[in-house]
Amino acid sequence: MLSGIPLFPEQASTLAPAVDNLYFFVTAVTAFFALLVVVFVVVFAIRYHDRTGDKVGAPIIGSIPLELAWSIVPFFISMAIFGWSTVVFFDLVRAPDETLNIYSTGKQWMWRFQHIDGQSEINQLHVPRGRPVKVIFTSEDVLHSLYIPAFRVKADAIPGRYSSIWFTPTRLGEYHLFCAEYCGTKHSGMIGSVVVMEPNEYQAWLSGGGGGVSMSARGEQLFQQLGCAGCHLNDGSGRGPALAGRYRRQETLANGATVLVDDTYIRESILLPQARLVAGYGPVMPTFQGQINEEGLMSLIEFIKSMPAAGEPAAAAVPPAAVQGGLR
Amino acid sequence: MTTTVLPHVTYLNVSTTLASWLLTKDHKRIGILYLIVVTIAFVIGSVFATGVRIELTTPEGDFVSADTYNRLFTMHGVIMVFFVLVPIVPAVLGNFAMPLMIGAKDVAFPKLNLLSWYVFVIGFVFTLAAMVVGGVDTGWTFYTPYSSNASNSNVLAMGLGLFIAGFSSILTGLNFMVTIHRMRAPGMTWFRLPLFVWALYATALVQILATPVIAITLLMLVVERAFGFGIFDPRLGGDPVLFQHLFWFYSHPAVYIMILPPMGAISEVITCFSRKNMFGYSFVAFSSLAIAAFGFLVWAHHLFVAGISPYSAMVFSFLSFAVAIPSAVKTFNWTATLYRGAIWWQVPMMFACGFLGLFLVGGLTGLFLASLGLNIHLHDTYFVVAHFHYIMVGGAIMGYMAGLHYWWPKITGRMYSRGLATFAAVLVFVGFNLTFFPQFILGYLGMPRRYHVYPEEFQVLNVLSSAGASILAVGYFLTFAYFMYSLWKGEEAGANPWLATGLEWTLESPPPPDNFAETPVVSEGAYQYSKREIKVA
Repeated sequence: MLSGIPLFPEQASTLAPAVDNLYFFVTAVTAFFALLVVVFVVVFAIRYHDRTGDKVGAPIIGSIPLELAWSIVPFFISMAIFGWSTVVFFDLVRAPDETLNIYSTGKQWMWRFQHIDGQSEINQLHVPRGRPVKVIFTSEDVLHSLYIPAFRVKADAIPGRYSSIWFTPTRLGEYHLFCAEYCGTKHSGMIGSVVVMEPNEYQAWLSGGGGGVSMSARGEQLFQQLGCAGCHLNDGSGRGPALAGRYRRQETLANGATVLVDDTYIRESILLPQARLVAGYGPVMPTFQGQINEEGLMSLIEFIKSMPAAGEPAAAAVPPAAVQGGLR
Repeated sequence: MTTTVLPHVTYLNVSTTLASWLLTKDHKRIGILYLIVVTIAFVIGSVFATGVRIELTTPEGDFVSADTYNRLFTMHGVIMVFFVLVPIVPAVLGNFAMPLMIGAKDVAFPKLNLLSWYVFVIGFVFTLAAMVVGGVDTGWTFYTPYSSNASNSNVLAMGLGLFIAGFSSILTGLNFMVTIHRMRAPGMTWFRLPLFVWALYATALVQILATPVIAITLLMLVVERAFGFGIFDPRLGGDPVLFQHLFWFYSHPAVYIMILPPMGAISEVITCFSRKNMFGYSFVAFSSLAIAAFGFLVWAHHLFVAGISPYSAMVFSFLSFAVAIPSAVKTFNWTATLYRGAIWWQVPMMFACGFLGLFLVGGLTGLFLASLGLNIHLHDTYFVVAHFHYIMVGGAIMGYMAGLHYWWPKITGRMYSRGLATFAAVLVFVGFNLTFFPQFILGYLGMPRRYHVYPEEFQVLNVLSSAGASILAVGYFLTFAYFMYSLWKGEEAGANPWLATGLEWTLESPPPPDNFAETPVVSEGAYQYSKREIKVA
């Protein structure tokens, strides 16, 4: 009956074998120690058993060398596990510089994925094989957690913040996608699948179905429509800082602290502009809370990321009607 | 001892009115009062678990609705954690045995002790009321913002119930700490204390220092939910992850509130039935304190996928490995105590060996979860469920069973059936492993926790788990049955059926109301079995 049950899920990403190797190592080490203790207990239990209850044991009170040995040896073994697992962890959480970015929002009880070229999908995620993919996501309501067992990746979706997972799919096929953080009634229905395709099929899939406007083009439209462009002038002479080329840079704040300009910081600056002001700029920006939804925010961020460091932003002619989806 | 012909006056028969029980200041009776409430809570919690296991025998959600399922696992968790695991060993066995073990007539503050029980009962009633009027569906962890604004269940009533129950834990901790400091019999120095008392002392530290944090956290949750103060809800400017930090700042140390006292009970049982000194007494004693202290520094290992920085994750991973060392030291010392012992196979010893095996698996699988590289995949899967049930049921409840079977003759003056108890120990051990071992595999395969409906490929392992749970249930029911039977029909146990050392065994069973007619004077350490005038094995 059990022969059909695998001991680990399919390995469908570059890092899955690394996680599994670590798992086998930790399993081997812990199984060894568990068996060692069990063997000692069983041997002692048989060897020294006494039916009468009126004998007494040998007057042994302890041994300092033994105590030291079984404190220090497990410590070093656990440090070996700690070291190895930390290396695997940093590989799991640190995406390479060049990734295919896909944005996502979780809400009760569905996942929406937004490809930067404009395609969007619900509870399904199409990705190309062999290319590092980064999914950047948040939640619109309560906590969720995006979990793809075949890739051995997971991160919580937290309202008000961006999280990300990254992976390089290695095997074609369809894999489970779960919500791993309890989120209410249909938590177990907040599932879907990841479809790994050949890169050319993925391209064909992206352009099929009339996906429409790319995220950065949508973002640019919002940038104009919400009046951002009025202050964030490209030459830096506006009331707000020029945004081109700022992404992933360290900025000094008014209070002297520094901040890394990442997705979460841009999001916060749009919704709570006064929270962390860049030095040299006054608290003049109004909040856009309630005027823009999560997908609009993601489009704006994608647009800001795509701004070339100097010169004109690449213009894309998009009719205003196409961006209504980004506004509340 | 044979001079007395009068029927002896015990704490049980000294007065038998209901008022004499409800107004008692006797630590032994208060222990029994706790035993009754905790047993009721255990039955309720088990009923909820039964509902969960029945639902999970099929992949579809066909036994109960999703909302009902979510309430079942939430209430199972809340009842078992706050009303069973936290009080079960300190408040039941600790209350009964600890003052006897240190040669005291009672705890330092007997009235406060009774108050603790009432506070506990009031908290329990609040919580039950929250369940009767519809239950709670947030999971026992109450994560925000689901608990603060999304859930439409009775979070307020239950939060209040747990807030109240927490004070009972704090008061018991205070009472025990003062008792252990001030009430020890002459000659009962710190390093002559039985290890159960050391474990209770370490537990008291955690109860006093950590419990206020959960009280504050629940209060903040109540304030946010009832009055809309923005503490955890990002829409009100709060931070949902802050809740997790505060919650686990209590709830991780609380794991040690649940496991340290059973560890102490295991030390009593293993020394008694090996007829030996504890191997490395002071290492076992100090490892309790080390666990209590390190336990405060590992809370964020519950947040490895909740967006904390990778470097802080590294620190918490390191500390989580460090806290494993004192537990390993205890396990090695228990094993070494068996070496050249004269091992008398009685029921408490069987439960103690069951504890050793299950705690070993629970502790070692903790290393998987402390490993950052594995935690990402295993977090919030059934691997975690299996791990903490191995610690909490395999460890804490098996330890409680060992302790209860050990002190039962002292508590009641009667012996239970050795044959039935042996059978129950085997049933519990086998049933437990069959229930929870498959969940490790389920977890690594990727089945998330708290799933009402699950993909078909996970069914076989879930069916095994439910089958195991039914064996486990039979084991627990059998235990309950022969304990009850022993009250009426059990053989008289006599003062010291196990021929154990320890002051509690110098008294008649059940003990007289005031424990010691004359304060005992202690002249040697605990567990001096090998000094007895009997031949060495």
